[in-house]
Amino acid sequence: MTGRREGSPFSGLSTVALKEAADHMNSARIHLVMLLVLLTAVGSVYAAIGQIKDTLGEDQFLFLRLFTTAKEPLPSFVSFLGFLVPLVAIALGFDAINGEYNRRTLSRVLSQPIYRDALLTGKFLGALLVIAICLLTLWLLVTGMGILLLGLPPGGEEIARGLAFLFATFAYAGVWLAVAMAFSTVVRSPATSALCALTLWLVFTVFWPMLAPLIAGWVAPVDLLDPMTAVHQINVQQGLSRISPNVLHGEAALALLNPATRSLGLLFPSQLSGALMGAPLPLSSSLGLVWPQIAGMIAALIVLFTIAYVFFQRQEIRA
Amino acid sequence: MNAQVEAPVIEARGLVKRYGGFTAVNGIDLTIGKGEVFGLLGPNGSGKTTTILLLLGLTEPSGGTIRVLGLDPLRQPLSVKRRVGYLPDQIGFYEHLSAGENLAYSARLAGLSSAEAGKRIADALQRVRLSDVRDKRVSAFSRGMRQRLGLAEVLVKGSEIAILDEPTSGLDPQSTQELLELIRELAADGVTIVLSSHLLSMMQSLCDRVALFRRGRIGLIGKVSELTADVLGGTHVVEVSAGGVDLPAVLKDAPHVSTVTPLSAGRWRVDADADVRADIARRVVTAGGALSEMTIRQSSLDEVYVRFFEGEEHDRAA
Repeated sequence: MTGRREGSPFSGLSTVALKEAADHMNSARIHLVMLLVLLTAVGSVYAAIGQIKDTLGEDQFLFLRLFTTAKEPLPSFVSFLGFLVPLVAIALGFDAINGEYNRRTLSRVLSQPIYRDALLTGKFLGALLVIAICLLTLWLLVTGMGILLLGLPPGGEEIARGLAFLFATFAYAGVWLAVAMAFSTVVRSPATSALCALTLWLVFTVFWPMLAPLIAGWVAPVDLLDPMTAVHQINVQQGLSRISPNVLHGEAALALLNPATRSLGLLFPSQLSGALMGAPLPLSSSLGLVWPQIAGMIAALIVLFTIAYVFFQRQEIRA
Repeated sequence: MNAQVEAPVIEARGLVKRYGGFTAVNGIDLTIGKGEVFGLLGPNGSGKTTTILLLLGLTEPSGGTIRVLGLDPLRQPLSVKRRVGYLPDQIGFYEHLSAGENLAYSARLAGLSSAEAGKRIADALQRVRLSDVRDKRVSAFSRGMRQRLGLAEVLVKGSEIAILDEPTSGLDPQSTQELLELIRELAADGVTIVLSSHLLSMMQSLCDRVALFRRGRIGLIGKVSELTADVLGGTHVVEVSAGGVDLPAVLKDAPHVSTVTPLSAGRWRVDADADVRADIARRVVTAGGALSEMTIRQSSLDEVYVRFFEGEEHDRAA
């Protein structure tokens, strides 16, 4: 309608991204959330180490047990991350755009020679950078604790699997960051957008696991005379539950950190014939197993970011 | 009336902007010349800010064309924004950053090298007298200081056109004077200035030309002296108190006199385009009246404004 525009949509992108990252690193809000994550992570790993020491020598991937072992009453490191990473992402993104409106900085920033694209994308990349730094630090810290307290170094494949898990968690955080930023463009008040994002987070962590079987039972009822309807219902239920990014992340973590995982869905005895039970899969097979999960999370991230982008481009600058 | 403007830097033709069903700007033609100080006047919601956003390419017009410095703000927004500085109404800064850091961020966005930016920021802060609070957080700044910081941003960019949207709203008289002085200095440097304000006396002393906005249209445009002549019928206002005489009848065929308005019993207001006191006195005395008082003053922009918007319902949607 308006024809081609001149100038790069990326000019100013790195300036915005670095400024946002620096702001986050200095903000009390992020310090608080990160402290929470750090304490719970260290606590859960410390508990896991105690558990592992009692059952030493049973596993060739002992180091990965650091991440997945839970000792009552503490959950494992992985489930802690699945629970808390969305919180970090929401804290980083919930007031990205509407905060600029409320501080009345938006018209001033956009009167500089940059496109709106640079502002939104820059804010997203800045927050992603902070998430990446935090996750990497956390992972190094846990690995370091493991080496010190267990007294054995991680093997090459363990490191590779750990990094793959790190990437899956990064994509998972990206999804929640995109959720928070989408709300921050659509909703005008930061408090409301934070509540919206937190509500969605609660729905997916607490209520979705209860709702999915209910909906599946309603959509695909089991006929007692036809065993295939039961299989169908389980498939429907699994498909529904995978709408939740938490489920995708959990499945990816399971397959990557527990090499014995052979499937993330239904497995029939006939498919297992000839398999050595409990034997680990090679890394490449595990990656193949979680490929759809990771691709799904990245796709969700892109779709959500696009929604935020379209809303932001159409928004009038005047409040 | 639309005086020919030399070397136009801003040209708008038939500009229209609709927000849903509401037409904020309804067919505006505007030409502003290089080095001019141009004032936008009008009640809230008459389309001033929308016009400013359209000039900057911050919002898309529903119709019409704009040229700023020969560029189209829609297709070449970056080039336009690089050369045009903007001071929004109710300007906001990042509160947790210092004055210097806020300016440095804008300078980086504007694509200045850090050495060049550092030099320009120091100069600009010096000029707006904020050098000593350079490292203080903006959250501690008063309104006047924020407006001056906004002007410093315009200076850092080295803008050829400065668009100031109500720069003095909510300022105390002293801050207003300081800001006006800065705007005058800016104009003296040859920067074209477009500003909107409700302080009419200030606009009268500052602006080369003004445009009066009414319901998304420009009702009047021109030099203040031309406007007073057009709207009030004269540049001089004489108030006459006299007894035993019917002044409108007496002045019916008097030269230079355009209107005679009764103010109260035995008091009239006479609009004229010259000093007509002697003539009025002569005519009143000849008619047998007793002249008791007569004062003269130049018509001000306030009167033009009030007369122009008489009967206008104010405070339509902002």
